[in-house]
Amino acid sequence: MSWLTNFLFSSIGRKLTMSLTGIFLILFLTVHLLGNIQLLAGDGGESFNLYADFMGHNPLIQFISIGNFFFIFLHAVLGILLYFQNKAASGGGNSRYAVKSTKTTTYSSRNMAWFGTVILVFILIHLFQFWFKVKFTNFPEMITYDGVQVKDVYTLVAATFSSIPFVIFYVASMIVIGLHLSHGFQSAFQSLGLNHKKYTPIIKGLGTAYSILIPLGYAIIPIVFYLTKA
Amino acid sequence: MKIHLKVWRQRNGESKGYLEDHQVQADEHMSFLEMMDVLNENLVSKKETPVAFEHDCREGICGSCNMVINGQPHGPDSGTTTCQLHMRSFKDGDTIVVEPWRAVAFPVIKDLVVDRSSFDRIIQAGGYVSVNTGQAQDGNAIPIEKERASFAMNAAECIGCGACVAACPNASAMLFTAAKVAHLGTMPQGEVEQSTRVQSMVKQMDLEGFGMCSNTGACEAECPKEISITNIALMNRQYAGSVLGSEKSV
Repeated sequence: MSWLTNFLFSSIGRKLTMSLTGIFLILFLTVHLLGNIQLLAGDGGESFNLYADFMGHNPLIQFISIGNFFFIFLHAVLGILLYFQNKAASGGGNSRYAVKSTKTTTYSSRNMAWFGTVILVFILIHLFQFWFKVKFTNFPEMITYDGVQVKDVYTLVAATFSSIPFVIFYVASMIVIGLHLSHGFQSAFQSLGLNHKKYTPIIKGLGTAYSILIPLGYAIIPIVFYLTKA
Repeated sequence: MKIHLKVWRQRNGESKGYLEDHQVQADEHMSFLEMMDVLNENLVSKKETPVAFEHDCREGICGSCNMVINGQPHGPDSGTTTCQLHMRSFKDGDTIVVEPWRAVAFPVIKDLVVDRSSFDRIIQAGGYVSVNTGQAQDGNAIPIEKERASFAMNAAECIGCGACVAACPNASAMLFTAAKVAHLGTMPQGEVEQSTRVQSMVKQMDLEGFGMCSNTGACEAECPKEISITNIALMNRQYAGSVLGSEKSV
């Protein structure tokens, strides 16, 4: 193997890939939330529908979205591989001792793989419910604003979030994303080698705030839709 | 004080192990190893095989008295080895479970004794400083800041016991390797070889079959010498720096 493949497959190389794809996905969460929060604009969905149409047709956004899918895939596959390799290397992971000690690690750091699996399932269902339907079916109906015809994604969102099981599923998934972020955010910087007396406390503080505020922002959307449904 | 012990017994690497029950009459002033000695004396007097465990200095610097005590490497006290743990940390009538380090790269030899030669091979791969012999150099020939010297000294405290691997849910040897990389590469004498050292040692660490670090921090919490995971961050960036930023590839 060449030096590059050796590097990418080394223990530290894989950490770096996990960290960099993770940071990309952390940034994606902010952008996605900023767009989606327009669902709560109270204009019957006009700004959100126009935004969704722009996101679905802008070439730059299309390019970034391919990257986004690829990074999700890479982060997930590598995460699953790491889980099994670590389990094999330790001979049973957390539960290899007769007495299981959890004093020295956080709940989220011990369960990253499980949270990740739940998040992956969530992403697949979420993509099918919105992205797939909007992109590949005639559903939802078109709506016209000032002569511009766009898909009425807002009505699709409203219909989805009128069902209580979906609202619960979305809110629960956001809690899991919050737990995943609470370890992942600061861990990404440690993996990059960014551990510093001055900056690490700030990174940890930001990570905690981020892992609460971003999932909260997402969770508010289905809750508001459900409570205000006609 | 009366202690109920559950000790791991395993004849050799191939056989299956099990937890064996014993009662020991201990004194609160005994160290944990002295309590184990009492257990072994009882076993010998009954013509039974004593429990095999490693010990040498019994003052916290050799790194051989390795036991997982109630799920924690070196027991419940922080910043101490098993030999520095005293029975006063337990209560009369306590049940104590004693197991060996568990990691594929640390195969069990017998009972509580594991083979840690994987650590030796990581050291052989680059954990040294090449020096020319000759006249002893003046100690102050190269001025070094106090902070830098202290950082290297803190990393050099690592006794290579392997508690980091035993504590890590992934059985990763990152803290051990990072401590050596940091201790040798922070001082000017070892800095010269650092770029090659970090690549060689990480390569050997991966070959030995240790798990991968997921930054849980269990290692630094259980380390008897309280080595910080700051050293792991240093190794991460020096490894990436060496592979991507130098012409060396190991």
